[in-house]
Amino acid sequence: MATQTPYEVLGVKPDASADEIRKAFRELAKKLHPDINPGKPEAEARFKQVTAAHDLLSDPEQRARYDRGEIDETGAEKPRYSYRPHAEGAQGWKYQPNGEMNPEDLEDILSMFRGGMGGAGARRGRAGEGPGGFAMPGGDRLYTLTVDFVEAAAGGKKRLSLSPDNWLDVTIPPGIDEGQVLRLKGKGGEGIGGAPAGDALIEIHILPHPRFRRDGNNILLDLPVSVAEAVLGARISVPTVTGPVTMTVPKGSDSGTQLRLRGKGIQRRGGPAGDQIVTLRVIIGDSGDPELAAFLETWAERHKTDPRRGMAS
Amino acid sequence: MIGFDEVLIRYGGLERRELVRWVENRWVLPEQRGETWVFHEVDVARVELIIEIRRDFAVDDEAMPLVLNLLDQVYSLRRQMRRLCDAVAAQPEDVQAAIRRALPAIGKDSD
Repeated sequence: MATQTPYEVLGVKPDASADEIRKAFRELAKKLHPDINPGKPEAEARFKQVTAAHDLLSDPEQRARYDRGEIDETGAEKPRYSYRPHAEGAQGWKYQPNGEMNPEDLEDILSMFRGGMGGAGARRGRAGEGPGGFAMPGGDRLYTLTVDFVEAAAGGKKRLSLSPDNWLDVTIPPGIDEGQVLRLKGKGGEGIGGAPAGDALIEIHILPHPRFRRDGNNILLDLPVSVAEAVLGARISVPTVTGPVTMTVPKGSDSGTQLRLRGKGIQRRGGPAGDQIVTLRVIIGDSGDPELAAFLETWAERHKTDPRRGMAS
Repeated sequence: MIGFDEVLIRYGGLERRELVRWVENRWVLPEQRGETWVFHEVDVARVELIIEIRRDFAVDDEAMPLVLNLLDQVYSLRRQMRRLCDAVAAQPEDVQAAIRRALPAIGKDSD
């Protein structure tokens, strides 16, 4: 749905004179004025459109700004160039050629700069500071890297695009936190004149997991179990961040029972391992099963218990 | 941060195979996530930039790498320029004044 330009709305050419625009507007306004078109909303809408177009084009300054593309047909400022803030923002490094301008290029610029003041510099007896004498350490660069919940918890390797032709393999330490910044020494901008390179700063973002949650070094998991498993007990397979393990559900476990898998949480380097805390959720699931329902009817007759006994009413 | 399909939805009319080609050409550098790609804000802006350049300036696939590369160089220069300016701004007042005095001389074909 292409929006009409104000010129199209008034039916005039883009190079129409102020007089032509006024004339076109008057004619359309006569035809479309709400007073002569009562109960015709489309005429009223057109009238508003025509009035707005005329307001814009009758003001030479506004018209010029519209023609230059600075404002849109409603007179609103158009975003000038939306890419620039991104290109110059923290993430923009990714698209810089070779990550950054060639150090030699910068050196060229700086020598031009020195050339401009060179005469004066030389006259002040600082000729010893030749073009080779300049040194400037490389800048730090900020990147963002998104990791899965499991990668963040268990650690792993990720490949990060530094520039169109440069990658960096990043080791994610186990138990990294949301927003944590990894500093890779010397992986930032190159230094000039023998000065050290800057660092790459990598801000980590962690995607949530559909089932796992984190509490410090512990991993929390809600685990569905069947009525039979909860009542009779069972050996079941449980996912952990480092792969599935087998766990025993004790006989007669209630929904909400917490079981602790020691050492199956986050193992930070040089620290004690966290645990995985599994909360059982008894799932009735096929409770419509007639066999079970029939059994429970007779069973409930003989076992009258009130699980809510003692609760305030 | 949005997914591949969300980018296609946001820019209606952009075809799947086009966006795939842009990524394969490394004009856009989304993050690889398993089988799919994740587009950060800068990547989405980059997609929009390519769409605009193509539509408004009729730049075709052959010329696009050159245009993007030149643009990237300009941004890179601007970044370096800002670094220099920051370095100047961090100097004592008398050094800054000396640089200001020297500035008109630069670009003047003296000597």
